[in-house]
Amino acid sequence: MSDGTTRYAITLVVNGVVREAAVPARRLLSDCLRHDLGLTGTHVGCEHGVCGACTVLLDGEPVRSCLTFAVTVDGHEITTVEGLAKDGELSPVQRAFTECHGLQCGFCTPGFLCTATAFLRDNPVPTDEEVLVAVSGNLCRCTGYQNIVKAVHRAAEIQAEIQPGLTAETGPGESGRTA
Amino acid sequence: MKPPPFEYHAPVSVSEALEALAATGPHGKVLAGGQSLIPLLNMRLVAPSHLVDINRIGELDTLTAGADGVRVGALARHATVERSTEAAAVQPLLRQALRLVAHPVIRNRGTVVGSLVHADPSAEMPAVLALLGGSVRLACLGGEREVAAADFFTGPMESAVEPGELAVSAFFPAPPPRSGTAFREVSRRHGDYAVAGMAALVTLDEDLRIASARVACVSVGPGPVVVDVSDACARRPAASVPWDAVAAAVRDRIDPEGDIHATAGYRRHLTGVLAERALKDAARNAGTEAAHE
Ligand SMILES: Cc1cc2nc3c(=O)[nH]c(=O)nc-3n(C[C@H](O)[C@H](O)[C@H](O)COP(=O)(O)OP(=O)(O)OC[C@H]3O[C@@H](n4cnc5c(N)ncnc54)[C@H](O)[C@@H]3O)c2cc1C
Ligand code: FES
Ligand code: FES
Repeated sequence: MSDGTTRYAITLVVNGVVREAAVPARRLLSDCLRHDLGLTGTHVGCEHGVCGACTVLLDGEPVRSCLTFAVTVDGHEITTVEGLAKDGELSPVQRAFTECHGLQCGFCTPGFLCTATAFLRDNPVPTDEEVLVAVSGNLCRCTGYQNIVKAVHRAAEIQAEIQPGLTAETGPGESGRTA
Repeated sequence: MKPPPFEYHAPVSVSEALEALAATGPHGKVLAGGQSLIPLLNMRLVAPSHLVDINRIGELDTLTAGADGVRVGALARHATVERSTEAAAVQPLLRQALRLVAHPVIRNRGTVVGSLVHADPSAEMPAVLALLGGSVRLACLGGEREVAAADFFTGPMESAVEPGELAVSAFFPAPPPRSGTAFREVSRRHGDYAVAGMAALVTLDEDLRIASARVACVSVGPGPVVVDVSDACARRPAASVPWDAVAAAVRDRIDPEGDIHATAGYRRHLTGVLAERALKDAARNAGTEAAHE
């Protein structure tokens, strides 16, 4: 028999590492990552899905971690901002945000980085309009967005330099998408 | 801003879910995508004592497009339905409307069926179901019923789902031949709920005159408001329809309320403007369909 205080043993693969936690059912994924697993890169702004700061990748797809219960995603793969850099090297999206001054205080940045990472994987050669729609669900109180939009375009360029042959024609199907 | 405690149920089959819902009755709530329910829990606007999480029920993760329409299972996410070319080929209004539902990231989790059950008067999918005359299939322990859209939306945030029931799928019928659809809305920011919105379905006769035209209005009533404007279109080709009269016919049928986002008068005005735009778009799409016949 379970009740509101029952703890559930869950296993998440976070940034490629198997992590275990014992959480009550009401634990939000955002709080599980931050408090149970100590991964404070995921930021929490509004806790009702509006600001996008808490966005993480669930099995490769961006989702609001504040609108997901940790227990629901038991057994699934999560990528947080801590998992974007590989071997100490910033990812193309992270490099572009640095180069283009796509952040000031940085509070919104983890959400933008995760959102843009999944977006450019699926759409490596986006139009201006597509970039605007892609980041429209994330709020930033500092930058005025212009440099964020520039950064997403720059990230697409960097990605194309690293993986030449990515064109609008080849699209996501042939761009090495694995998720 | 944390959810209140609840007892958690994690069924892996529909029959297990129905047992949990039967046992918890009015105290149980279904958790689908959580994109409406979890904000309400976080803000402590609701506090169900039991949550039945349907995310592990693979048999609900279905999407089938046939000649007669599209059936969407309870675990089909907005994004999956939006991306499906099969679904868009049978019923283009699904994709036209889903692009306007929240942001892409919310659509990765939120479900079409959850959106119907939630029955927000500002939501797009209830208007789509109502306009097309679709239905929702509800299951309970030992029974199943198919509820027509006209009977499904019973009030603001209220649907025909009874305690103990699970919505297992929704059916969106295909339009008749020589038909076109469109969705238009005005919102404060891209991805926000619509201040006013309009779904339209137009069917042409063999001489490409408007044989029937219907709209479903969003954000201007307790639920989607379906208005048949076939008579106002006077069986003319789109180019010579008296659009002012059509917009007026739609405005006359609604009774919007004012709130912090818009006054009732502004909503009424937008509804007329959007009706004309959506119907013209739909008539154009119907013309394209007819040309392909
Ligand atoms: C920032 C933000 C913006 C949004 N903007 C829009 C918008 O512009 N337009 C729009 O339409 N929506 C919008 N939404 C809501 C979103 O579309 C939700 O996904 C949808 O309303 C509910 O679907 P869900 O699967 O998340 O349901 P949940 O949140 O899991 O459930 C919602 C309700 O339906 C019940 N329920 C769900 N599934 C079933 C079922 N199978 N059987 C019985 N009961 C069920 C639940 O018990 C609950 O009462 C927005 C959400 C957010 C967070
Ligand atoms: S904290 Fe999750 S969207 Fe704002
Ligand atoms: S950089 Fe400060 S909120 Fe975006």
